[in-house]
Amino acid sequence: MEKSPIFDEMWGREERLRAPYQRFHDWFDGEDSRRLWAKQREAEELFRLTGITFNVYGRAEADERLIPFDIIPRIISDREWSRVTRGIEQRIRAINAFLHDIYHGQEILKAGRIPREMISTNSAFEPRMLGVTPPGGIYTHIVGIDLVRTGPDEFFVLEDNARTPSGVSYMLENRETMLQMFPELFSQNRVRDVQSYPTDLRQSLADCAPAKTEGTPVVAVLTPGIYNSAYFEHAFLADQMSVELVEGHDLRVVDGRVAMRTIHGYKPIDVLYRRVDDDFLDPLNFNLDSQLGIPGIMDVYRAGGISIANAPGTGIADDKAIYSYMPDIVEFYTGERPILRNVPTWRCSEPDQLSYVLDNLKDLVVKEVHGSGGYGMLIGPAATKKELAAFRRKLKARPGHYIAQPTLSLSTVPIFAQKGLSPRHVDLRPFGLVSPGRIKVTPGGLTRVALKKGSLVVNSSQGGGTKDTWILED
Amino acid sequence: MLGKTANGLYWMYRLLERAENTSRLIETGQRIALTSLDSGEEEWRSVLQSAGSLGQFEINRDELTKDNAIDWLLRDRANPSSVLSCIETARQNARLVRTALTNEVWEATNAAYMSARQMLARKVAERDLPGVLGAMRQSTSLVRGMTHGTMLRNNIYNFTRLGTFIERADCTARIMDVKYYVLLPSASAVGTSLDNVQWETILRSVSARGGFRMEYGAGAGRREIAQFLILDKRMPRSLAFCVGKLSDNLRYLQSGMMHPGPAQLKAQTIERTYLSHDVDAVFDFGLHEYIGTFLRLLAELSGQIETDFRFYE
Repeated sequence: MEKSPIFDEMWGREERLRAPYQRFHDWFDGEDSRRLWAKQREAEELFRLTGITFNVYGRAEADERLIPFDIIPRIISDREWSRVTRGIEQRIRAINAFLHDIYHGQEILKAGRIPREMISTNSAFEPRMLGVTPPGGIYTHIVGIDLVRTGPDEFFVLEDNARTPSGVSYMLENRETMLQMFPELFSQNRVRDVQSYPTDLRQSLADCAPAKTEGTPVVAVLTPGIYNSAYFEHAFLADQMSVELVEGHDLRVVDGRVAMRTIHGYKPIDVLYRRVDDDFLDPLNFNLDSQLGIPGIMDVYRAGGISIANAPGTGIADDKAIYSYMPDIVEFYTGERPILRNVPTWRCSEPDQLSYVLDNLKDLVVKEVHGSGGYGMLIGPAATKKELAAFRRKLKARPGHYIAQPTLSLSTVPIFAQKGLSPRHVDLRPFGLVSPGRIKVTPGGLTRVALKKGSLVVNSSQGGGTKDTWILED
Repeated sequence: MLGKTANGLYWMYRLLERAENTSRLIETGQRIALTSLDSGEEEWRSVLQSAGSLGQFEINRDELTKDNAIDWLLRDRANPSSVLSCIETARQNARLVRTALTNEVWEATNAAYMSARQMLARKVAERDLPGVLGAMRQSTSLVRGMTHGTMLRNNIYNFTRLGTFIERADCTARIMDVKYYVLLPSASAVGTSLDNVQWETILRSVSARGGFRMEYGAGAGRREIAQFLILDKRMPRSLAFCVGKLSDNLRYLQSGMMHPGPAQLKAQTIERTYLSHDVDAVFDFGLHEYIGTFLRLLAELSGQIETDFRFYE
């Protein structure tokens, strides 16, 4: 049989059922497809009723939409997973050491491993954090590492999310939905638990409380409000952790602490899990125009009066321009070889790399250094001549704004389609929680799937869906 | 609890109550229109008045017809008190206070929203009206049922109750404010047939026809209706019942505090001064003046609740 260039996680390259999918396959064979279609619709109804929606920006009416959910789970064995976990832990350790270094001694710059201007001219670098050590020395309390897979043991890091990674509520709700719809699958397969994530998150945040904390640390989630695209997740996490969900106007600085307006007066907060960007944190210190922030919170932070998760200025670690240096960063701080590979990356800021990119544009993926959500990117093999020409002009005009990567043959996982199972490309965002001396990676994560056949874009804003992700216990 | 959360809960339940009251007013108006021979324009005018939106209606709609009135009250987004607006805004508030609600309450609210959006997407045909109104009342009742059945009796619950009973007292008082003249003593001891229709309208508007007959018998008239709607503590929509609940919930919220709060004192004053006498005292005071005063005090109480519990700042 001919080997497929694309690795399918259920069927491998040679149409041979892979071990983690054995039990699922037996079950699926015995199922009636009409029943499964009914289940698929039931799942959508459940999501709609639970209100798991995201708001779409740029529409006249803040439209609430569902992210499509596919009922076929993605299954990964414990053995495959444990290597991924070690790789993520290593990467998170390196990111935190890097952030501490960048805002203190800057040894990595002195050692010449990263050009100085990569930091000094980078808008994600936050000079106000220089010399500031966050409570517990933790910068990235919650990390989401985007992975893609090209073979049984080939996982690549596509992106590090060290600011405010989102999507964890989908990981949890997807599992909840599957448990409700297919309980028998969970009796037949020993699937590792993700449902303790909110408890772990609360514990992890509480462990990072500042020295000024009295008694049990008070944790709160800071949201930009109900019109934010991820509001559902903010409310969900606050609810699951049993902590308050606050907005900037609920907070003010009182007696050197950040306090929230309760029905009986102001009450200090010890740990703020913020889901707003740095720019909207403190109008006094960052963005004078912001209506969202808490005036003076940065002064309280610098004085050790509150823990902010993630710390301001962590964006310098997940910037796409810094990404290409991650293998060096991992080696520099851990003294180890990186367990997870980076996708080879050309920095268009460097003339010889730019000329390579321009010559090979139709084979490459080009991304904006500061973009997200799959906007403003070019997928060479799928682009028209006109699009390629337009992008060439953009690249020449502002080379420093772009990086380029080869188009990887991303793995596929089957979805439930009209004619039964049909392979689609996926990525994976596992989540890691960081507290002093401890990194906990949740076994699973958010699998995003490009529902369009052949498409490589998995972003929900571009027609991607999600799946439940199973890590099987050995 | 955050002041913002208290505010969201209060308005979520006020608006759900309002949606229910408005749909009941439409139902009553429609019933009267079907059983009377004239155009019924006067009746719809008083329905709009009772709903507190006659002024807005006149700005937004050209002509006072049955269809116009029903559409305005049921589904016009320009009317913040239409059934559709109320349910949409209640659900918006529910999203805001999602962390304070049980899953059951949230899902019932979301389901009410989804069915309102669907059923009220287009103008409702007359033959569908009873079904749609029934469905709206049922879906908001489900939220209330879930609230009773699944929510802890803590300060979250207290704010849901404050919103419910402020709105309900306000609605009952407004219905009487509009129709007070049919409750005034007249020369004849027995009501005319016109009186009977008007009395029935009032009782239907507060879902109290059966309860009233049960307690007061068939021969009862205007005095008993006033007694029932204002002072009867067994009647869940009477002013005395609602203010009693407000007072209770404010007391729970203040427990552990050294002194009763200003809102609690205000509620107690209303109870003591206006709801502890018999109905003759109300008529001596002047029914219309009495209702007017009550509405003013209720608005003040609502404002005081906002202040006491830091809804805004």
